Amino acid sequence: MMRPIASLGRSTLDALSALGRAAMFLAQSAVGIPSREGWHLWLRQMHFIGVMSLAIVLVSGLFIGMVLGLQGYTILVGFGAEDALGQMVALSLLRELAPVVAALLFAGRAGSALTAEIGLMKATEQLTSMEMIGVDPLRRIVAPRLWAGFISMPLLTVGFSVVGIWGGYLVGVQWLGVFDGSYWSNMQSSVAFVDDILNGMLKSVVFGLVVTWIAVFQGYDLIPTSEGISRATTRTVVYSSLAVLGLDFVLTALMFGELG
Amino acid sequence: MKRSKMMEFGVGLFVLAGILGMVFLGLRVSGISLGVPQDTFTLQANFANIGGLKSGSRVAMAGVTIGRVSDVALDTEWLDARVTMELDEDLEGKISRDSTASILTSGLLGEQYVGLSVGGDPEMLEEGDTIRDTQQALVLEQLIQQFVSNMTND
Repeated sequence: MMRPIASLGRSTLDALSALGRAAMFLAQSAVGIPSREGWHLWLRQMHFIGVMSLAIVLVSGLFIGMVLGLQGYTILVGFGAEDALGQMVALSLLRELAPVVAALLFAGRAGSALTAEIGLMKATEQLTSMEMIGVDPLRRIVAPRLWAGFISMPLLTVGFSVVGIWGGYLVGVQWLGVFDGSYWSNMQSSVAFVDDILNGMLKSVVFGLVVTWIAVFQGYDLIPTSEGISRATTRTVVYSSLAVLGLDFVLTALMFGELG
Repeated sequence: MKRSKMMEFGVGLFVLAGILGMVFLGLRVSGISLGVPQDTFTLQANFANIGGLKSGSRVAMAGVTIGRVSDVALDTEWLDARVTMELDEDLEGKISRDSTASILTSGLLGEQYVGLSVGGDPEMLEEGDTIRDTQQALVLEQLIQQFVSNMTND
């Protein structure tokens, strides 16, 4: 009788304390002015997290844009409204697909690598050694990665949108023969810079923060064994995907809920 | 050192590409224009029904965009819709007082916009004037209702 209730209580307390640790962790590692040394560490992470993720994000963006062009065309042509293709492709990319899909890819490509890297550092006691020689691992290891992820994500999302819109153009205009002028002009008349583009970017900033935070924290907080690392890597991808999709709904409801 | 320079270059390129992408989205996709905002003059019009017209919709004359709707509000005195439009300044003093403003739809299911057609009055509309002669939006439901009631009467 007591046992199930006690185990419920225990898991609630565990979850709460993990949440508290994660929040403390974020606060401790994100604050502080980076030194000249810190700048180089950040640059290295920007290269690994941002530049190296560019290829997968751009290629996915191109394919998603092309699929949107193709699917949108076959649906819209039934209403004789294939001129609205540009508008459909641009709005669905800017508002939803680019931030969400880029964040999911980012979690798989960069997030899992971050968790494994930091987890291995922990398992081989590099983090403890750093503390012993008086280097704060939060500032040296975690902070540059957090900032790099936070800044890379919106840039990757912009790339995704641009390439996706171009992919829609390739399929819609070049292949299926939608009129070039109406593709762009319908897009321009329906896309609002602040409401659509900046809101989409805001989403990607939030996703960037959440995904890198989860990835780095999972790496930092794992049980330092090979099994622990593999579990933490899985958790990173699962938690960040769920967080991105869930937050996306909340943000969409806040941003676009009262529109239309 | 060499590696670090290459890395710096790569990251710089990445950030630059992001900024350029943002500029592309702003200019080409959302169609904002960089130059100084054009001087405008304001006209108003009351409509019995504006349908789906909203702030930001375009105002056209002879199909050419000459401005946009800046505000839509309910006129509490007449209980109809009061639409404020901002038009190119070049047109100030060139639109005659008896011009008609009608709410039109681009295509069958497209966006609604205000179409102005010029009258013949020698007196011209000035800043802040109200267009008297207006035509309300075509509401598809009303049209269908009319059609159905005509059918049943036959």
